Amino acid sequence: MREYEHYEAIVVGAGPGGAAAAAVLAENDIETIVLERGMEAGSKNVSGGLIYAEESSPYTIDNLFPEFRNEATERPITEYKLHNISGEKVASFDLKGLHEYDTKWCDSVLRRKMDSWLSKEVQSRTQETGGGLINGIHVNGLLRDENGKIKGVTCDEIDPITADVVIAADGVTSELARASGLMDWERPEEWFQGVKVVVDLKEVDNIFDLEPETGIAHLFSGDLFEGVRGGGFLYTNQESLSIGTVFHLDSIMEEEAESHELLNKLLTHPLLGQWLDKDYCELEYSAKLVPDSKKAANPNPHLDRLLLVGDAAGQMQAQGPIIKGMNHAVTAGALAAEAFVEMKERGDSEKAGERYELKLRQTGLMGKLRPPMYSVVKVVAENKVATAIVDGVLTSPVGRAAIRTMGKRIGKLYNVPILSMAIPDTSTPYVTLPTIIGQEVGEIIKSKNLVDPPELADRISKLAYDTDIGKPHIELIDNSYAASGGAVTACPVSAVGFGGGCYRMEEIEVDGKIELRVSLDTQPCIECGTCAVVAKTEWSNPRGNKGVEFKHG
Amino acid sequence: MDNNSSDIDIVVLTKGVPDFREGKVSFDEHGHLERGKTPTVMNPNDRFAMKAALQTKVRSGGKITVMSMGPPGYKEILQEAMNIYADELYLLSDREMAAADTWATAITICSAVEKLDPTPDIVFAGFKTADGETGHTGPQTSWALEWPIITHVVSLDVDVDERKIRARRLVQGDIKEIETVEVDLPCFVIPDPEFEAEYPRASHRLRLQNLTEETQVRSDAYEETLTMWDHKELNLDPDFIGLDGSPTIVGRVDPIPKAPSDREATIIDLENKSGLEEMLGIMAPFAGGK
Ligand SMILES: Cc1cc2nc3c(=O)[nH]c(=O)nc-3n(C[C@H](O)[C@H](O)[C@H](O)COP(=O)(O)OP(=O)(O)OC[C@H]3O[C@@H](n4cnc5c(N)ncnc54)[C@H](O)[C@@H]3O)c2cc1C
Ligand code: SF4
Repeated sequence: MREYEHYEAIVVGAGPGGAAAAAVLAENDIETIVLERGMEAGSKNVSGGLIYAEESSPYTIDNLFPEFRNEATERPITEYKLHNISGEKVASFDLKGLHEYDTKWCDSVLRRKMDSWLSKEVQSRTQETGGGLINGIHVNGLLRDENGKIKGVTCDEIDPITADVVIAADGVTSELARASGLMDWERPEEWFQGVKVVVDLKEVDNIFDLEPETGIAHLFSGDLFEGVRGGGFLYTNQESLSIGTVFHLDSIMEEEAESHELLNKLLTHPLLGQWLDKDYCELEYSAKLVPDSKKAANPNPHLDRLLLVGDAAGQMQAQGPIIKGMNHAVTAGALAAEAFVEMKERGDSEKAGERYELKLRQTGLMGKLRPPMYSVVKVVAENKVATAIVDGVLTSPVGRAAIRTMGKRIGKLYNVPILSMAIPDTSTPYVTLPTIIGQEVGEIIKSKNLVDPPELADRISKLAYDTDIGKPHIELIDNSYAASGGAVTACPVSAVGFGGGCYRMEEIEVDGKIELRVSLDTQPCIECGTCAVVAKTEWSNPRGNKGVEFKHG
Repeated sequence: MDNNSSDIDIVVLTKGVPDFREGKVSFDEHGHLERGKTPTVMNPNDRFAMKAALQTKVRSGGKITVMSMGPPGYKEILQEAMNIYADELYLLSDREMAAADTWATAITICSAVEKLDPTPDIVFAGFKTADGETGHTGPQTSWALEWPIITHVVSLDVDVDERKIRARRLVQGDIKEIETVEVDLPCFVIPDPEFEAEYPRASHRLRLQNLTEETQVRSDAYEETLTMWDHKELNLDPDFIGLDGSPTIVGRVDPIPKAPSDREATIIDLENKSGLEEMLGIMAPFAGGK
């Protein structure tokens, strides 16, 4: 047998987490190889996305990559608004307080541009260590020694590689996190699903009344999503908008909601009519699972030589309406690398994982991801009886009167960071409260919305795919409706009655009775990861370079 | 990592051909190819030779010399090759070499390959050219060099220590039948258009990226690495090269994209002695370069 190639460090994934880890490793002359499955970094990635640099964080992306804001981002986001919607009534609050809390800066980004720029930097820095970055490599598993201890990775395209440390920054659909048993894909309540469109808009400055070098974020919640827990966003880019939704996956499942239709409800709401017109032009439709760190973040995200960072470890914080995943992936990636460097210097690199875990706690990152207060809130408020009582009070004349009295001052409460960190995961904050606020203190929106969103089939056909013919990357292992039927609605490129998607419902006759069955065609798959949680599948990412290619992200 | 202690010296032979893509090629009113008006590009099949050479360099180390024979304008073909990868470029060019057929070309190239120092270990050539379509130059050059030749190669592996090439090749050019052959270096290799470069190790991919970047930077100043040789430098008698040294007579050139070529051929039965004699009779006057 051929000897395996060995590098001091392997980084899997060239998103923000992987880029940060590689930067710190290279800075310390660690021979580092970065493996990315996309044909270019960013071609597989989706974010809202606003990237934050937090005052309290030991690492920010511009510390590690000084030219980042000049080269890789869209606009500084200087305004932040939350809209509470009830029918055509909307109460809008300024959330600048929350947005600016602990914030050095915040920019909108498109991931293809951001990640491909980062990867070029990473490429040249890691090259100097004797390693480098290779695109088009799908890491498909862990390499273990005779005692079962992790010593490297296996890939679809190249021979296995061993390393002193493996930093898995392979995102929300991390196969290494599952292969190691550190994370699972079992409970829908641990995940959000994000769905997004990039909309062409040359006149962003005029339409949003923005000065150069400024930008705005709009957030939406209330009754427009028919009771599904979550909300919508609109962020300004240079010459486009990112508009999307983020919903709790368990809520999507309970309501049997079609993700793309929820997005359409936002796109066609009168409130958005002031910015979008009938010439509405979508550049790209995309989606991805988003971990809810409050429940999913693993406090000990390491095993043997494997350290998980970013989404792979569930490190994605929903701070009220603010979504912080990229910045935490950066911090965690850098901390994991730093932990390895320090332990290597002490001649004890096998302990890098423990050191990393300690750093996650000491720097306060784990506290942000899993706020201690949330565990109290969870017990008290995430309880059906409690929710019913709170919602009952809120919707009662007394509750409504209280909200009327507070009027727009209620917006101030939303700006309290400590409250936003521990919002209970119930319908109260996502649906009931914003709806009542909208009803009681909102104003009727006069603008008309003329947007006619494209059909799902058109959204799919606009995407670029390089299909791995004859090698589907997801295998349906239970096609009963009970086990996998949820994917027909929850898959963002499938829908009941739509034959061109991934998941379809079929009626078949068994012993004279009609039964529902589910079938899967992975061709239009956008690799969001949803069905890994909501259906019984053998789920993996496609081989390197194969599958969907996002041009914007 | 791979052992680079004994590097492999590689030569790739390439040729310029008229750019036959739709809209690029031009013919006069008699249907004759207008070479002056048709841009010249690297023979498309030579890309597979380039890829095989690059794979060999990436995996086994060594130097890639790209060589072409033709008018000074062929320099740009060499630049195209350098965009894929080249360490050194050679153009065999002078009036005396012009209008050579495959035979005279083979003799000229063979002299040039032998003049290289050190003598190369592998020569790669493309499978047929897009203009001549004879597929003869390669085999004739290998014959002149007295080297073994492997044709229709779809994948290959060079064993530097054993000084051997292991190649998978299509039997009779048929994708359905593949055989594995092992040949000692030096050796002449003609990759098939089905050739796929293989880079199974991470270090291969990294080196490939580095070499690709490096060659593209260099290709702007490609003339710095270009050597021109004429017949004097190759010590060749003008009577044996170029048009004078070519036994082939070209009757007519048919425009390829418009109509399939229908050259006239007389089939000679090898058993039929009088037919062979007749043919030799036709060829005799040209064999001496007269
Ligand atoms: C709709 C939506 C909106 C969001 N909004 C925001 C926001 O506004 N702000 C914010 O901070 N965050 C936001 N997020 C979350 C954010 O995108 C993630 O938290 C962040 O991208 C995580 O970074 P990462 O480096 O951990 O993983 P990723 O960015 O997912 O990068 C993982 C990389 O690994 C590669 N990879 C995966 N598997 C393999 C493999 N097996 N082999 C090789 N390579 C592999 C991928 O191609 C990818 O390049 C949003 C997410 C979504 C879906
Ligand atoms: S098939 Fe699964 S992974 Fe692919 S888009 Fe649908 S839900 Fe997402």
